[in-house]
Amino acid sequence: MTGNHQTLALLLFSAFVAVTLAITTWVGRHRRGSAEEFYAGGRLFSPMENGFAIAGDYMSAASFLGISGLIALFGYDGLLYSVGFLVAWLVVLFLVAELVRNCGRFTLADVVAARMRERPVRIAAGTSSVTVSVLYLVAQMVGAGSLVALLLGGTGEAAQSWTVIGVGALMVIYVSLGGMRATTWIQIVKAVLLLGGTVTLTVLVLVRFHGDFDHLLLTAAERSGHGESFLAPGLKYGGDWTARFDFISLGLALVLGTAGLPHILSRFYTVPTARAARRSVVWAIGLIGGFYLMTIVLGFGAAAIVGPDAVRGSNAAGNTAVPLLALDLGGGAGSTGGTVLFAIVAAVAFATILAVVAGITLASSASVAHDLYASLRRRRAKPRSEVAVARTAAVGIGVVAIALGLLARDLNVAFLVGLAFAVAASANLPVLLYSLFWRGFTTRGAVWSVYGGLVPAVLLVVLSPVVSGSPESLFPGVDFQYFPLQNPGLVSIPLGFVAGWLGTVTSAELPDEAKHAETEVRSLTGAGAV
Amino acid sequence: MRYDDPWYDALASGWGESDGVAAGGPEGASARQERETPAVAAADVYLEVQRSAAFQEVRRRYRRFVIPAGAAFFAWYVAYVVTATTAPGLMARPVAGAVNVAMVAGLGQFLTTFLLTWAYARHARLRRDRAALELRWDTQELTRGVRGGAS
Repeated sequence: MTGNHQTLALLLFSAFVAVTLAITTWVGRHRRGSAEEFYAGGRLFSPMENGFAIAGDYMSAASFLGISGLIALFGYDGLLYSVGFLVAWLVVLFLVAELVRNCGRFTLADVVAARMRERPVRIAAGTSSVTVSVLYLVAQMVGAGSLVALLLGGTGEAAQSWTVIGVGALMVIYVSLGGMRATTWIQIVKAVLLLGGTVTLTVLVLVRFHGDFDHLLLTAAERSGHGESFLAPGLKYGGDWTARFDFISLGLALVLGTAGLPHILSRFYTVPTARAARRSVVWAIGLIGGFYLMTIVLGFGAAAIVGPDAVRGSNAAGNTAVPLLALDLGGGAGSTGGTVLFAIVAAVAFATILAVVAGITLASSASVAHDLYASLRRRRAKPRSEVAVARTAAVGIGVVAIALGLLARDLNVAFLVGLAFAVAASANLPVLLYSLFWRGFTTRGAVWSVYGGLVPAVLLVVLSPVVSGSPESLFPGVDFQYFPLQNPGLVSIPLGFVAGWLGTVTSAELPDEAKHAETEVRSLTGAGAV
Repeated sequence: MRYDDPWYDALASGWGESDGVAAGGPEGASARQERETPAVAAADVYLEVQRSAAFQEVRRRYRRFVIPAGAAFFAWYVAYVVTATTAPGLMARPVAGAVNVAMVAGLGQFLTTFLLTWAYARHARLRRDRAALELRWDTQELTRGVRGGAS
């Protein structure tokens, strides 16, 4: 990677940062400082705008670089990821989007707390939301650091650290100054850039193969050295039964976790009605589905054009497959076209990370201020001061994420993302579905179902090979590995549901019929929605 | 059949605004606290609406679409993941050219997701939206009446 790439990529990226900072200031001009404005952007985005923003929030650099890289290296097994990430949206569309928009105000806890004794439920749901967000945030920060090292050639640890700090500082500025309105516009800009870049590369790949997808697949299989088996599952997850169960566990976490991600849930509050929330999810599914279909072409294209050996030589996890593909499609190293395309891909990847971290920071600062702070010190919390708390919380979360991002610098990011999804599916989804659909659900059930999913999920990860007992672990020196799978979802998601049921049937509290009626009527009709 | 989002009208008539103002009152009350005084009566309204035939029809239509469709796509997805991990031989069987069963199944997942999204949106638009909107206004009228027209 020559100096030309770096200069151009840095230039493009600086332009993106300048544009987003301009958006933040412009949006902040007429700030009134209400909670409605800070958490929900005034609730007046159109379904199309919100659909793009949802897609922007969801399509992280892990999908853009990671999934294409996995396909380039392992063929079909990489494709399994994209399917899980997309199908998950049906859960969101059918069961969550409209009902959550109708029942809640700003956070997941709003929906649950409406039916229950508020304090314990808010604290539980707030804690799990913050946990999920921080895990996801650290994954993105670590990703940003290693991306810089890979793309700009700055392999030194200092370059990585400064990137993590820089990304953290920028996201705090976006969120605390611009709130939801600035964050949403940044997501929209990023989604357009990302989709534009992906479409360009996909078209170039297809042109290279004269539109013959069959030929593309055959060339990829041939160059991979695996032949036909490159196009079938099994290269990555086809080993022993542990690997297979691990993948099934990950698959479950992906499909059920999306509906419990706090930064996705908070997006539904930025539109005026449930109908608009539904239409924004339809937009998002169209955009995300198209995006993942294109990553398949890019992945196989990278295998066919660049070749798995070159990809692996640049980065063992395959994260540089798409940039290398861009370089080749533009005319090869040293050519102007190659330099430009490479720089664009690098800048888009940075933009992606920045936008995603801003979205997550906003959601978690909402959880801290609206759920945790408001229930712990409720009497003094005025709406105006709640926003002030949220702004401060964004700074605090930024600091925590930077610190953890620096600590976890050498960790594999894919597992962190899978873990965030697993925790979201185990702790957030059961309580959300129970409170929307189960007449007999009680406060104890709600609290148990959150902690009953959260604690096992985190505990199983601590006891998994990710943390100890294998050469790739966080602490390779010690061995307290008692759980064989890397992803806890297969065990912790059912536990979350069982704990909620158990807590409900064992509690002496009678379920409040009237509150249930209110939740049901409001969720399906939108009566009294804000 | 298409009609406009009611929100913009609602904003013009002011109920959404007044709700926000009430929530931002001096003692920092939120919507839930605001309900505390007339809670008993408002709760009766929701129980009454919940028992009404119109609401039960909306709920029935929602459930009759979501439960079978949700169960179907979840089963189809789990079957896909389990087959891909446990029976790679079956998935590797060629269909046409380089395309094998696995590729068809994977693209099939994309296709069913798009189709179900379209079907759900259409079902909700044609079968639920109008009835739900009417219920929404009725319920809000009733709760407002209970609160003495304060809002």
